[in-house]
Amino acid sequence: MGLKILTEHIDKPGIETFEVYRKHGGYTAVEKALKKMAPDEVVEEVKKSGVRGRGGAGFPMGMKWSFLAKPEGVPRYLVCNGDESEPGTFKDHFLMKTIPHLLIEGMIVSSYALGAHKSFIYVRGELMYVIRILEKAIAEAKAAGFLGKNILGTGYDLELVVQPGGGAYICGEETALLESLEGKRGNPRNKPPFPAVKGLYESPTVVNNVESIANTPWIVNNGGDAYAAIGIGRSTGTKLISASGNVKNPGVYEIVLGVPVEEFIYSDEYLGGIRDGHYLKAVVAGGSSVPILPAHLILKTANGENRLMSYESLSDGGFATGTMLGSGGFIVMDETVSVVRNTWNFSRFYHHESCGQCSPCREGTGWMEKVLERIVHGHGNERDIDLLVDVAKRIEGNTICPLGDAAAWPVGSAIRHFRDEFEWYVRHPEEATKKGAVYMPQNVLV
Amino acid sequence: MDAPQLIKVTIDGREVHVPPGTTILEAARQIGPEVAPPAMCYYKPLKGSGGKCRACLVKVTQGSEKDPRPMPKLVASCITGAQDGMVVENYTNPEVVNARNGVVEFLLINHPLDCPVCDQAGECHLQDFAYENGLATTRYEEERRTFDREDIGDKIQLHMNRCILCYRCVYTANQITDRRVHGVMYRGDHSEISTYIHQAIDNDFSGNVIDVCPVGALTDKTYRFKSRVWFSKPVDAHRDCDKCCGKVNLWYKGDEVIRVTARKNQWGEVEDFICNTCRFDKKQTADWVIEGPTKVSRASVISANKYGKNVIKKTGFGLEYAAHHYKPIDDTRPYDKNLKEIKQSEDYKALMEKNEAFFSKK
Repeated sequence: MGLKILTEHIDKPGIETFEVYRKHGGYTAVEKALKKMAPDEVVEEVKKSGVRGRGGAGFPMGMKWSFLAKPEGVPRYLVCNGDESEPGTFKDHFLMKTIPHLLIEGMIVSSYALGAHKSFIYVRGELMYVIRILEKAIAEAKAAGFLGKNILGTGYDLELVVQPGGGAYICGEETALLESLEGKRGNPRNKPPFPAVKGLYESPTVVNNVESIANTPWIVNNGGDAYAAIGIGRSTGTKLISASGNVKNPGVYEIVLGVPVEEFIYSDEYLGGIRDGHYLKAVVAGGSSVPILPAHLILKTANGENRLMSYESLSDGGFATGTMLGSGGFIVMDETVSVVRNTWNFSRFYHHESCGQCSPCREGTGWMEKVLERIVHGHGNERDIDLLVDVAKRIEGNTICPLGDAAAWPVGSAIRHFRDEFEWYVRHPEEATKKGAVYMPQNVLV
Repeated sequence: MDAPQLIKVTIDGREVHVPPGTTILEAARQIGPEVAPPAMCYYKPLKGSGGKCRACLVKVTQGSEKDPRPMPKLVASCITGAQDGMVVENYTNPEVVNARNGVVEFLLINHPLDCPVCDQAGECHLQDFAYENGLATTRYEEERRTFDREDIGDKIQLHMNRCILCYRCVYTANQITDRRVHGVMYRGDHSEISTYIHQAIDNDFSGNVIDVCPVGALTDKTYRFKSRVWFSKPVDAHRDCDKCCGKVNLWYKGDEVIRVTARKNQWGEVEDFICNTCRFDKKQTADWVIEGPTKVSRASVISANKYGKNVIKKTGFGLEYAAHHYKPIDDTRPYDKNLKEIKQSEDYKALMEKNEAFFSKK
C-alpha cells in the first residue's frame, strides 16, 4: 500500500469523534502552527509543498494564498468549497462524513495562515447528514478549545460556520458559491475582480476545495518539503480518486500521484480490473466535465509512454489525445456502455445545471442535449454530428465561468474519439436503439 | 491636479486615447459605431450590467505595452478594462466574427420570430444585432421554450418568450426604483423574469424597464398594437415634473401622442429615466412643451428601411445566396413559350371555358 496522508486513520473506529481523532495525532498541526509558527511561515510551507487545488482546476494552492490582498481594516475570509456535485466525484463527501475533524483542523490552520477570523464550509444541500456531522465535530472542537475566542491561549480567534447550499452544481464555481453564501442567486461573477481581491462581502477571500484544505495539517506537521517529495514532478502529494463504473472494486482510493493508470485500473490493490468477461472501452478520468478517452489513449499517451495518474501525464497531448485529472472522478466504462447515451446523459446534466446567465451556455447546453436526445432515440442524421462539434466549439471559452467548457468538452471529445459510434447511431437507428445493443469499437482493450 | 494620464488603445487598427479604467467597449464607442462591438446586455447607466450576452466578445492580440502577450480567450469587451498599448481586434478578426455569429444563433434559438406582431420591431436591438452579425438561416430544429404572457402591473406586459435574459430590467429595478419585486427565477434556459408569486410591479419608475429592454419582452400596454414604430414621429418635449427630469420623446401618429419614452442616446441607452406619470398619463400635446423633432442617430434596420434597399453588407452574400438557389429554367414549360401560341391552344381554351363556367355559377 502506498503512503496515506488523508485516509491513514480512516478505518479506526470512532474516528469521527474528537477523542479518537486526537488520540491518532489530531490537532497537533493546530498546536504547532498557532504556537510556533507565524502565519506567513504556514503560507510558505504550503507554497513549498506544491500542493495543487483538488477541486478540478489544479491551481497551486500556495500561489492562490499568496494572491490574497491584505488591505488594512478589511476582514479576510476563507471559504471551503464542499459543494462537490461533479458527476462521478464523491471524495469530499466521503472525507467529510468519515473524518470531519481533519477538515476542521485544516480549516483552523489555513484560516490562521490567511488571517481569517470567520471561515465558512459550504456544503451542498443534499448532504444534510454530513452537515450535521460537521456541526457536531465543530461543537466538539469548540468545547476542547480549538475553536472560538483565544484558541489555545494564543489570542487567535476563529469562528467556523457550516453553510448548506441549495444543491446547485453551479454553486461549486467559486464566485457563484460566494454569491450563494451571501444569500443571493448563485450566478457566477464576472472576473476580474478575482475573489482574492473582492470576494465574500467585497472582502479578500480564498476559496479552497475540501481535500486541498485537508492536506494542510500534514504539511504543517511534516513540512512542505516532505510533501513535495511525494508524488511526481509538479504533481505533489496524494490524491483521492473516486472510482466508479464497471470495475471490480469501485470506491474512494488515496493514491500517490504518479501511479500508472494501468496499475490503478488492473491491480488488486486498487480497482481490481474490469468486471469479468468484459473489456475496457473508455475512461472519464476526472469527473464528467473532462474529455472522455478511449482505452488505448488512457493507458498510453499518443507517444507510447505509460500514462500516469498525475496532472501532467493525464493532460499530455492536450485535448486531442489527452484529458485532465480534474476532481478525480474516475469513471470506467466497459464495452456494454454506449458512449452516445453517456454523452447525452452528461449533456442533460449540464443543461439542467446551467445558471442561464450567459447566452452561449444557456442556449447551447439545451441545444446539445436535444440533438443528442434525438440521436440516442434514432432520429439523428449525419449533419447532427458536425452540428454538435460546432456548437460545442462555440460554447467553449466564450462563457463567464467554466461550466460552458465543462459542457462542451465531453461532447467534443466523445465525437472526436468515438465518431464511428455516433455514425452507427445515425446510420443504423433500428439496430442502435434496440435494447442491449452493443457497439464494439476498434480499440477495446482486455 | 493634473488630468489623469491617458492610455492608448488600438481597436481594429484605429487608435484612441482614453482615461485609465475605461472598458474596451467604451473606448471603441469613442472611435465610432463602425468599430464599437454590439451590446445586448451592457447598459452604461446601470452599474454592474454586462458580461452576460457575450455579443461584445473581442480578441485582445496585445495585452498592454508592458505585457504584450495576447489574451488566450476572447474577452467580453464591456467588462474588460483597457490597458495602455492594448491592441484589440473586433470586426477584423474571423474568430470574433465566428463567435458573434454563434451568439446570434444562440440568442435566436429561443426567441420567437414574431417581429411582425411585436411592438418592439423597428427599435429592437436583437433585430439589428442579428441583421448585422448573424446568418440568414438557422440550424435549430428542436422545440422552443414557451411561456404564457403575463401582466406585471397594469401598464406593463411581459412576453417571456422574447426575453434574452440580459438582466437589464433587474438592474433597473434595483438601481432606479426603491424596491425590486421582480427578478430572474429558475435556472438555465427555463429561467424567467417574474415577480414573486405574481405580484404586480407597483412603482413610480417601473415603466423604465420597458425602455431598457433590448427586445420586446417588456412592452407598454398603453401603446400595444397602436402603431408600428416607423410610422410614428418622435419629438423632443419636456414638462415640469416633480418626480423626474421630465425630458422625454413624444411619439406622434398624426396629431395624437401614442407613446412617451425617455430620450435615448446613440447607443440606445436612456439618458434620463422618467417617471410613470410622464410615461403613461400625460398623452396630450397640451401637457408638454415641444422642443422640436428628435434627431434619430441610431436607426434600426427596419425603420431605416434597410431591408428594402439592397444594402446587404456582406460582400458576395447576394450572389452566394442566388447561386445556392439557382435552378436551370425548363424551357419546355408552357409559360415560356410564346403567349399567343398558348392562348390559341385547345388546352388553354378548354381551361378558360371551365373557369368561366365556374365563376358564372357563383
